[in-house]
Amino acid sequence: MLKVTDLKVNYGGIEAVKGISFEVPEKSIVTLIGANGAGKSTTLRSIVSLEKPASGKIEFLGQDITGKDTDYIVSQGITLVPEGRKIFPDLTVLENLKIGAYMRKDNLTDDLNWVYDLFPRLKERHWQPGGTLSGGEQQMLAVARALMSRPKLIMMDEPSLGLAPLIVKGIFEIIREINRQGVTILLIEQNANMALRTADIGYVIETGRITMTGTGQELLVNERVRQAYLGK
Amino acid sequence: MSKKTNMIISALLLLALFGAVLGLEQMLPPTHIALTVLKKGCIYALVAVSMNLLNGFTGLFSLGQAGFMLIGAYTYGILTIPVADRASVYQYFDGGIVQFSVPVIVGLIAAGAAAAVFAWLIGLPVLRLKSDYLAIATLGFAEIIRAFFQWDKLGRLTNGSNLLRKFPTFNSIAFPFIVTVICIGIMVLIINSSYGRAFRAIRDDEIAAEAMGINLAKHKRMAFCISSFFAGVGGGLLAMYQTSIQAATFRSSMTYEILLIVVIGGIGSVTGSCIAAFLFIASSEWWLRFLDTEMYIGSFKVPLLRTGFRKVVFSIIVMAVVLFARRGIMGNREFSVSGIYDFFKKKFGRKEAAK
Ligand SMILES: Nc1ncnc2c1ncn2[C@@H]1O[C@H](COP(=O)(O)OP(=O)(O)OP(=O)(O)O)[C@@H](O)[C@H]1O
Ligand SMILES: [Mg+2]
Repeated sequence: MLKVTDLKVNYGGIEAVKGISFEVPEKSIVTLIGANGAGKSTTLRSIVSLEKPASGKIEFLGQDITGKDTDYIVSQGITLVPEGRKIFPDLTVLENLKIGAYMRKDNLTDDLNWVYDLFPRLKERHWQPGGTLSGGEQQMLAVARALMSRPKLIMMDEPSLGLAPLIVKGIFEIIREINRQGVTILLIEQNANMALRTADIGYVIETGRITMTGTGQELLVNERVRQAYLGK
Repeated sequence: MSKKTNMIISALLLLALFGAVLGLEQMLPPTHIALTVLKKGCIYALVAVSMNLLNGFTGLFSLGQAGFMLIGAYTYGILTIPVADRASVYQYFDGGIVQFSVPVIVGLIAAGAAAAVFAWLIGLPVLRLKSDYLAIATLGFAEIIRAFFQWDKLGRLTNGSNLLRKFPTFNSIAFPFIVTVICIGIMVLIINSSYGRAFRAIRDDEIAAEAMGINLAKHKRMAFCISSFFAGVGGGLLAMYQTSIQAATFRSSMTYEILLIVVIGGIGSVTGSCIAAFLFIASSEWWLRFLDTEMYIGSFKVPLLRTGFRKVVFSIIVMAVVLFARRGIMGNREFSVSGIYDFFKKKFGRKEAAK
């Protein structure tokens, strides 16, 4: 579904992503794991053109989307749940959700019901300004907002960041549930353990390069991965 | 309270206000200061809301309001001076080059459109800048445009540094009131539309807004043009109110006055801007006037009261408001019928519970 080939991204001359290639098959959950500063967020941001790639190719459903405008890419069915949630603090929960569906002009009732089913908490609090939600609720809102665009592929940048273990578990359950409903998922995580358990395929990124790949299970038992990312 | 009843009651209140203002106009002598305040207040309310749309709702800090008002005022004047009067108005420039005139409403719409076109052109390079640079660039633009319109070479269009006069004006307060209500109504509709939501999303978090597929450049330009359009209409109204136009009067201090109104009323509150506009104009033009005249109690001369003291007191009041009510009168809330209803319901409900 998504195919990234030899992607390079620079920040003012410094190479943050040094030629990585990976694939996300339709209806799968793929995870990128790696240390801080490895270039994971940069990769996701460049897929939706929030950073312009220096070279390389990004294909989505067979179409070359490298360097296309972000609004076009979103309209083609990719959304990003940005790192650090980034919900709109002064907009109500409902308005946040409506912004998520900004690229669509059709009726939103079904979609609102869909995300309210996934996150009943948001329905209770639909009138509340986003900034007054708790951290966990904000993360739910960030995911729900992304779902409102009816994406084919949803990319999540560290959805479990700063959340209590129980909430993290809940978030991962939701991720699996969304995937069961047919949405493809590309996931970045610090929490490698949870991510690899959930994912079909995992890639390990180190300083801008992919150094290992395998199924989630394979990487979970891999000696190097266990030492570097699972702390064992 | 349902949205519909809310709307109906608000509309009725507005109508009642309109009736009261017209009644007042009948009762007071035509030169009474209260009428001046109401007329000027309407115009400032319109321009303040237009500035709030940009600064408060979209988060783009622009200081070009006086410049866009100037463009609006000139466009209105140039297009509406009756053909017969052009020879005398443009006496130093062979009667000017424009030799037709349009109806008042067309003139006002053209005033807005001209300001919007300028905004679009300036927006192309300037909206890419970070917010503080935008403020500097728009302020510079307003200064340049003021000099530009007084330029002799443009005299056949702008009458150079001479006054533009003899264009249609208004006598009754009804005209600025209605125009302002319509314009603010349109802006409120925009703010509550999906575009308005996108503007507020940009204000809250540009990167997240972009990630949602909101085209930043396009939406910023749109907000800038809409805001400038209504500033231009406000400029046209101001010209009608002043009955003559001179570029030199559209100084940056005018922009600061409007900015003050926006801040005092509450950044992100339309009703706040309206209320603050009337309070601002009333206190600067009317309520504090007595401070400027010397006063004797018996043979005792009250100290400090002399010409100019009003401005000192006024500045102190403004500073106090900004210091102690940092979010302005309304914060980012709105004054609404349903809001008052809820407020009293809560109060009343609490009393009931206490019993
Ligand atoms: N806007 C930027 N300007 C300059 N350098 C940047 C910018 N954004 C990221 N970088 C650099 O690029 C490298 C990769 O950053 P990136 O955010 O992609 O890392 P990451 O893998 O997501 O890390 P983390 O797990 O800590 O979020 C880092 O060295 C970072 O300092
Ligand atoms: Mg990151």
